[in-house]
Amino acid sequence: MTSARPDRDAVTDHIEWQNATILCIVERTRTIRSFFLQLSRPFGFTAGQHVDLRLTAEDGYAAMRSYSIASSPTSSGIIELAIERLPDGEVSTFFHDVARVGDEIELRGPLGGHFLWPAHTTQPILMIGAGSGLVPLMSMIRQRSSSSRPVPTALLLSSRTWSEVLFRDELLAAERDGSGLSVALALTRDETTRSGDFARHVDGAMIADVLRRLPAVPSHVFLCGSNAFVNVATDGALDAGLSSATIKTERYGG
Amino acid sequence: MVTRGFIGRQPASKDAHRLPPGQHVVNSFPVLSAGPVPRLATTDWQFVLKLGPRVLKAWDWAAFNRLPQTTITTDIHCVTAWSKFDTSWEGVTVDDILADAGLAAPTEFALAHSYDGYSTNVPTADLINSKAMVALKYNGQPLSPDHGGPARLLVPHLYFWKSAKWVSGLQFTDRDHAGFWELRGYHMYGDPWREQRYTND
Repeated sequence: MTSARPDRDAVTDHIEWQNATILCIVERTRTIRSFFLQLSRPFGFTAGQHVDLRLTAEDGYAAMRSYSIASSPTSSGIIELAIERLPDGEVSTFFHDVARVGDEIELRGPLGGHFLWPAHTTQPILMIGAGSGLVPLMSMIRQRSSSSRPVPTALLLSSRTWSEVLFRDELLAAERDGSGLSVALALTRDETTRSGDFARHVDGAMIADVLRRLPAVPSHVFLCGSNAFVNVATDGALDAGLSSATIKTERYGG
Repeated sequence: MVTRGFIGRQPASKDAHRLPPGQHVVNSFPVLSAGPVPRLATTDWQFVLKLGPRVLKAWDWAAFNRLPQTTITTDIHCVTAWSKFDTSWEGVTVDDILADAGLAAPTEFALAHSYDGYSTNVPTADLINSKAMVALKYNGQPLSPDHGGPARLLVPHLYFWKSAKWVSGLQFTDRDHAGFWELRGYHMYGDPWREQRYTND
């Protein structure tokens, strides 16, 4: 963790609840769908931030969850959330099984002042994610793509299979565009078809390999996934010589 | 606003009064932290009590473990909306830490500091009178690194980010200085019953 001062812009005054309308729903993988929400009060944000959603039943019972924003901050008034259906999920099952286009959803944001894309850095960046842990990293990759001088960035993304790689086609296209994005997939239950990908769980040797694809030591490292995954990735990053002060983590399961 | 078609999973009525607004009950114990788990041995551990920059007293691991140990069972509430009921902790109350230092709480505010550079502010009144402890055990076992071991602050009546993991000391201050998350958009006090999640909630 860094003890550096936060980005001043990220700390805001009180953030109000607002209603957003589901504009469209896109199936991304077997278990993940994107929900595009039209904000009634558009806000600017920094890639990596999240929103809180609040669902309210007829009797007043309310359930709240946080979801990272997947879209780029450059899109105005519409945010994309990529929500994984968890079998026991109270809110994610609502989105997958009940919600439809035109529904209004209560949300507030942008929230979170730590796991943020460093828009002004000129140094390389390393990202390591697993499954839907890609979501805030995807927002960062999209923000990076719209930058006039994108910094060299390496993404190591763990997924069970090739078909379950979230945003796969967009990621591979972004890698091919010559802007200096390197994508390495770690497929835990599938074979690899691309050289440079891995057919195993993320480990320290893999992280060291991906680091060598960057032109210099990264100044920022972003890790997102389950706690168990983030611990493995953090250990690998530290063993590869990265400083703990450069590593920011986001762990889900709560 | 009522959400069309949402029923949700209401808490059992016997538990409803224990659940702050917007929270849901979990049986697991989720782990959230902003950076790597620090690699910290108890031989390198110490707990430091400060007033501003001045050290009032410091304890090494053995000395801290010789302080009176208190066990509590309590509900905890994370700002990410999960609550966990009946968690069992053992550690040293802030009252007993102050008593061992031969002190009354010297100022109205305090910052807890951690080995990873984390900090969080808590009013002194929320730390004393058996409201808070430095926990060394969870469920009878030494606190695991994921959950803040060797030692974490435990202030169970506030959102759980106030219960600083990997705590290295308490610093009393003359005014209410914002800590790590409080500088990054989270509430200065963090009362779950008033749903004080974010700045100025």
